[in-house]
Parts: sequence; structure tokens; C-alpha cells
Amino acid sequence: MRVVVQDGPFDPGAELTAFSAGTIGVGAVVSFSGIVRDDHGDLDALEIEHYPGMTESALTVQADTAMQRFGLADVLVIHRYGRLAPDAPIMMVATAAAHRKAAFEGAEFLMDYLKSRAPFWKKEHRVGRTEWVDAKLSDEDALARWDR
Amino acid sequence: MINILYFAWLRERIGIPKETWTTEAATVADLVDELRAREERYAMAFEDISSLRVALDQELSSFDAPIAGVREVAFFPPMTGG
Repeated sequence: MRVVVQDGPFDPGAELTAFSAGTIGVGAVVSFSGIVRDDHGDLDALEIEHYPGMTESALTVQADTAMQRFGLADVLVIHRYGRLAPDAPIMMVATAAAHRKAAFEGAEFLMDYLKSRAPFWKKEHRVGRTEWVDAKLSDEDALARWDR
Repeated sequence: MINILYFAWLRERIGIPKETWTTEAATVADLVDELRAREERYAMAFEDISSLRVALDQELSSFDAPIAGVREVAFFPPMTGG
């Protein structure tokens, strides 16, 4: 299991290749990458603030929980902070398991937790204005489906 | 003495990322009342705590939680990771 919080860029393809190469004997690897989206063509940068210390421990607890709950063989979580340009990778998760169902579910579970339980905050810098991104109710709903 | 941290728009409204505060509060909600009474910028920042979250010693908690023994309290808006 590997959890990384960094300000520098990363290469999701290279990370996925290394992650897959490190998991011997598993039948399934699933990965998700989140990318800075510029919906209106006026985004200068996406700034990500985090809570050093709590971020690392929250992500580690979430990754550990996913490992146990879905019987995963391995988990990778990478999340950036700082000022990111449009189209830059923000974060990725990868899961490895014997079968695809556990790998898909483990990745979705991790993403749902990461969205609203890891201490990150996004601020959009647009031409002439800046704005904090609001949390979505749908993100809380997504989380609620794992309460069983 | 307790360390208080603020993040995102709450940090911007209060104007500082962290401070040390001597408190007599029993719960997080009591601490918020103390802060609100200090200055207008705190009163405005903490106007609606339903739009805020709190962590005690770096673990998510709630506003009715006791703060005895807690060293670090962090206030912030709902998180937007991923």
C-alpha cells in the first residue's frame, strides 16, 4: 500500500505501470485519474489546499479500510496540492485484487471517501475572479451507499 | 492553551491560518461561542456552523464533542478532494 501527498506533478501512466508490475499473481487492476477540468475555457489554475498531517493519516486510514473491506492485494493513492494547470492530473487511485469486482468496488469506495472525507479544498482561479469550489450533496449521497 | 487552525475560505475570512487560544470551553460549540465573541470577523466566519466541519487532533469530529485534552482544533468548510 502506498499513499503519496505531493506538490509536484506525477505521471499516471508510469505510476500505473509500476503499480501493476509490483503486484504479482493478481487478476485485476483498476485505476482512476482525476484531471483539472476547464469547463468554460477561462480557468487559469486550480489551487488545492490541504491539512498537512491529517491528509496523510486520513488517506492511509481510507486505503487500509478499502484493503480490508474488499480484500485488495494492493492500493495506491496519489494526491497533489498547490497550484495546478488545466488538464494536469490532480490525483489517482489504483487497486489490485484477485477479481475485477473487488478492484472496481475498492476504487469507487476510495474515490467516494476521498471526495468528502480527506481534508482537501479546491479553489478555482479564473480570469478576473477566484472562487472556492462548493462540496456537492451528491458526493455525500455517494458516500452514504457504503454504510451497510 | 489550544492550537486552532483554519482552512480554505474560513482561513481567508478570519485572516490567519492558525493561532493559540486559552479556552475555558467544554465543547467545540462552546469554543466557537468564545471565538464569535472576540471580533466581528470571527462572528461572521462562524455565523452558520452547519456549513463547517471540525477536526480534533486531526480526526473529524462534531461540534458537540468535548475538547478536554485536545491540543489541536481545526475548522474548515466541507472538503472537496478527488
